[in-house]
Amino acid sequence: MPPENNDKKDHTMQNEEITGKINAFLIEEFELEKDQLIPSANLKNDLGIDSLDFVDIIVIIEKNFGFKVKGEDMINVKTLQDFYDYVSARAKTE
Amino acid sequence: MNRVVITGLGIYSCLGKNLDEVKQSLYEGKSGIGFDPIRKAMGFRSGLTGVLEKPNLKGLLDRRLRIGLAEQGEYAYLSTLEALKNAKVDPDYLEKVNAGVLFGNDSSAKAVIESTDIVRAKKDTMLLGSGFIFQSMNSTVTMNLSVIFKLKGINFTVSAACASGSHAIGLGYLFIKWGLQDMVVCGGAQEVNEYSMGSFDALSAFSIRESDPARASRPFDKNRDGLVPSGGAGTIILESYESAIKRGAPILGEVAGYGFSSNGEHISQSTVDGLLRAMNLSIKDAGIKPSDIDYINAHATSTPHGDMSEAMAINTVFGEKNVPVSSTKSMTGHECWMAGASEVVYSMLMMQNDFIAPNINFEEPDEFSAKLDIVNPVREKKIDILLSNSFGFGGTNSSLIIKKLA
Repeated sequence: MPPENNDKKDHTMQNEEITGKINAFLIEEFELEKDQLIPSANLKNDLGIDSLDFVDIIVIIEKNFGFKVKGEDMINVKTLQDFYDYVSARAKTE
Repeated sequence: MNRVVITGLGIYSCLGKNLDEVKQSLYEGKSGIGFDPIRKAMGFRSGLTGVLEKPNLKGLLDRRLRIGLAEQGEYAYLSTLEALKNAKVDPDYLEKVNAGVLFGNDSSAKAVIESTDIVRAKKDTMLLGSGFIFQSMNSTVTMNLSVIFKLKGINFTVSAACASGSHAIGLGYLFIKWGLQDMVVCGGAQEVNEYSMGSFDALSAFSIRESDPARASRPFDKNRDGLVPSGGAGTIILESYESAIKRGAPILGEVAGYGFSSNGEHISQSTVDGLLRAMNLSIKDAGIKPSDIDYINAHATSTPHGDMSEAMAINTVFGEKNVPVSSTKSMTGHECWMAGASEVVYSMLMMQNDFIAPNINFEEPDEFSAKLDIVNPVREKKIDILLSNSFGFGGTNSSLIIKKLA
């Protein structure tokens, strides 16, 4: 198999793993239903995640992904897809 | 002035997780005391404690409402749920009326210590999450209950050491009596975890009869060797008589008198004078004579000085062996911030069921308790009027008088 495909596959799997972890803690910790977790869902309006919940998300990210989020980083995270993207980007640079 | 009645009761203690279980334990003289090896490993002088099952509130409350609750707040949620149900209060009723919350609570050690440990280890407060702040403050119980039950009236916590719960009821009574509230959810809550009692253990005030936990708490008994820490929560729904009648609520009793005093002397030792002033003020407020009282639920914790002071004060007000007395702390241990509220619940269960719970382990009187009619074993007796005493560090005293509605 060509190296490019391998890279692509690893990258995809990594993203899937991150998405899976995020979905798992949203279901477990935030008691959300699986079918609510569509990428376009607005975290605040659709999933009911408020500013206090973001404080807890910082702790959960540190436990699950090993990096610390700054509260101000989350200002531009509006949808679940934004959240996946943010964590994926940070996970790659850590 | 409004008449103030009790329309609901709830309890979560080492004697049981609801009124029925607790009533049975009180009648049978069952002890809720056990031995905690964790305390010994931590360096406690005494490993004795009241033993409670940790509630699981998942499914009862959503996440946001759960994570602000400290241990004692979880107990208080359950006791309040039971009390509101018994008071026949619909969940949406409280939003529409002038109802408040006053609870006794005077520590939240576990949340404070655990959050400090995390910051020390991680060197970053951002890794604490959102729950600790709401669990850490003394007002943790009332701040959470007011949100959970959508209470719109008075909302604060009473911190008055081991008289906290009693003063909370006393204040709720005054708010309703003066027409400022229609209903107040009153109570007391006490954490039982090993972090909460180390500094109290340091005073060597706890019993070390570890080989026989059920016999360790023995108020008024000559062979006592100290108190046993305990906890949980008790809730009393106070309401104006008019509000109760209008709702068609069950009326379980009437708060007839509240007396209070401060000793203004020693930080840990009670004075006979202070206790006398609190009891006499409650009797005056209720407009009754001492001989009208059918039962005294004593504060007596099983420490020699405190028990002696109360025995002398009771003897002074009521005369020798004129009124039955028991300390339910013989079964529960000392429920501290909660005790003044839970002991009203215990006493009300006795009033409703025509018995006096025993002061278990009272086997041999000393020269002061010999002058009291201390009940052991259980006694069948109709109670029309009762007095409940609570005294705390700093010399804060509270006496409540409750009577059956005529």
